[in-house]
Amino acid sequence: MSLIRLQNISRLYQMGGETIHALRSISLVVERGEYVAIMGPSGSGKSTLMNLLGCLDTCTSGVYELNGTNVSDLDDNRLAEIRNREIGFVFQTFNLLPRANALRNVELPLIYSGIGSSERKRIAIEALESVGLADRMRHKPNEMSGGQRQRVAIARALVNSPSIILADEPTGNLDSKTGDEIMALMRLLSDKGNTIFIVTHEEEVARHARRIIRIRDGLIAEDSTSPKIASP
Amino acid sequence: MNFLLEIKEGLLIAWDAIRANKLRSVLTTLGIIIGIVTVTSMATAIDALNRALHDSLSIMGADVLFVDKFNWEIHSEDEWLREFKRPDITREQTRRIEKKMLLASAVAPRADSMRPVWYQNRRANRVNIIGTTDQFLITSGFAMALGRFMSPAEVEGGRPVCVIGNDVATNLFQKEPPLGKKIKIGEHQLTVIGVLEKRGSFLGLDSFDNEVIIPIPQFVFSYWRNPTYSMEVKVREMDHLEDAKEELRGLMRTIRHVAPEDPDNFAINQQQQILKTFDRLTGTIAAVGLVITGMSLFVGGIGIMNIMFVSVAERTREIGVRKAIGAKQRTILLQFLIEAASICLLGGLAGLAITYSLTLLVAGAFPYFPITMSFPVMGLAILTSIATGLTSGFLPAWRAARMNPVDALRNE
Repeated sequence: MSLIRLQNISRLYQMGGETIHALRSISLVVERGEYVAIMGPSGSGKSTLMNLLGCLDTCTSGVYELNGTNVSDLDDNRLAEIRNREIGFVFQTFNLLPRANALRNVELPLIYSGIGSSERKRIAIEALESVGLADRMRHKPNEMSGGQRQRVAIARALVNSPSIILADEPTGNLDSKTGDEIMALMRLLSDKGNTIFIVTHEEEVARHARRIIRIRDGLIAEDSTSPKIASP
Repeated sequence: MNFLLEIKEGLLIAWDAIRANKLRSVLTTLGIIIGIVTVTSMATAIDALNRALHDSLSIMGADVLFVDKFNWEIHSEDEWLREFKRPDITREQTRRIEKKMLLASAVAPRADSMRPVWYQNRRANRVNIIGTTDQFLITSGFAMALGRFMSPAEVEGGRPVCVIGNDVATNLFQKEPPLGKKIKIGEHQLTVIGVLEKRGSFLGLDSFDNEVIIPIPQFVFSYWRNPTYSMEVKVREMDHLEDAKEELRGLMRTIRHVAPEDPDNFAINQQQQILKTFDRLTGTIAAVGLVITGMSLFVGGIGIMNIMFVSVAERTREIGVRKAIGAKQRTILLQFLIEAASICLLGGLAGLAITYSLTLLVAGAFPYFPITMSFPVMGLAILTSIATGLTSGFLPAWRAARMNPVDALRNE
């Protein structure tokens, strides 16, 4: 069974009496453990696709199966459960809670899945250790560098052992050296068997992925698997 | 997600948010503080007034019937005029009640008159002179502080003796022992044979201890030839109060020759009836007062609603992140409701503390006014402040809960 199966997905928006086809008809299958980059110019529909994949949004028509569950027509609360269990988000602007320290930020998804405090702490510490931030747990976001913040965000995305990790321009707010470090970390996660999506418009970032899907005008323009970056 | 965990988490977030915006929280809370202070002050004042009334009226004794020409509750001028035309109650009528009434343990006729009282060159103004019998000691429930009450023989013989109230004793006899001294009312000299125990005052205003009690014949002979009598009837058993009242009514109708189809031409009053009237009065004051003071709380609530809308707007992105990570609508709703309720609860507690200090101040300034803050008032204030928070926080919290995560995340 494939991890992700999209069938004829379309997404329309009404904007000032005009209908916008953000996605026209997208069909896509992604297997467990794949490392996929989604590329496209702004307005191409890549953000919409990312929101759909992340269950933040629902499609207008079509079927989206995630891990064997049809999630295309679930209500808000069921989608929240799915997001909590199946999806880890990494955002361009990190989106950490400013008043909470690193540990608490990472604990957050576990709180929403109802895990008790000591167990929660243990798992969160483990996640922070895995991104190399064992010594920054009590720091608040404004006491950390951009790279460190993004690592916290990655730890938060990992902490519930989700089926997929969705990273939206994860290096967009970082200098190139720190960006490389983050991409190396993503690579490491992929090697450990995580399924990763990266949305980006930078070729260099996309090259880290094994499969590149290019979106244009709401359609998949190209879907290529690059053999030369296949895992060693 | 477990509900208790959710509440605990909500409290943590609320505390963080309140601390992060200290000045704003304080200003917002001020509205609630003022609201709670006005409402609880009002409630406490009414509570104290009620207690004062009940304390004062309990002196009258629940088991005593007061027969009078007038009803204590007169609702209109017509009614008053009608009762004014009733024939007076005579000494003869009271005698017959004394003789015939079975369910009474004591019957005391009384006639009242206001007079100045002299002792040598000291004077007490406006003292209530009560002409009555030895039975009055039982019906009135007075106790003796000094000496003794009038004996049946002294009453029958109309002896020039008197028993004086505590205030009269302190006013006229500062250091001297009053017993055996002669006081002067009008032209007549009376020997003090007893002093009554202190009883206090009605609401701290009208003293119950400002009277001189003398035998009825003496009263009639010296002060008022044909006084209007009234009668105090103490019933034998509290359980048979209604029966006694019926017996008394029947006797009075027979004695006063009231035809069966005519209404009573006298009134039988009870302490309970005044209590009921006062309770109705304080009830009305309470209702009106609470509505008026409640408005300030309402205004405070609007302040909370306003600031919660601001808080939701400011934290749109945070709401988006929380939703992306798996927070359900209920979780977000609860988070903001708890935040609003916490702000109001803090305001409520501060308000209670202020009212409590005010209560202590008033109690210190007016020692006879039985003012204290009651637990029901405190409990109610706390519940009210939480309820205010939940009500005024609901719309903002609902808006937060219903936010679309994609839009919320896009918010800058």
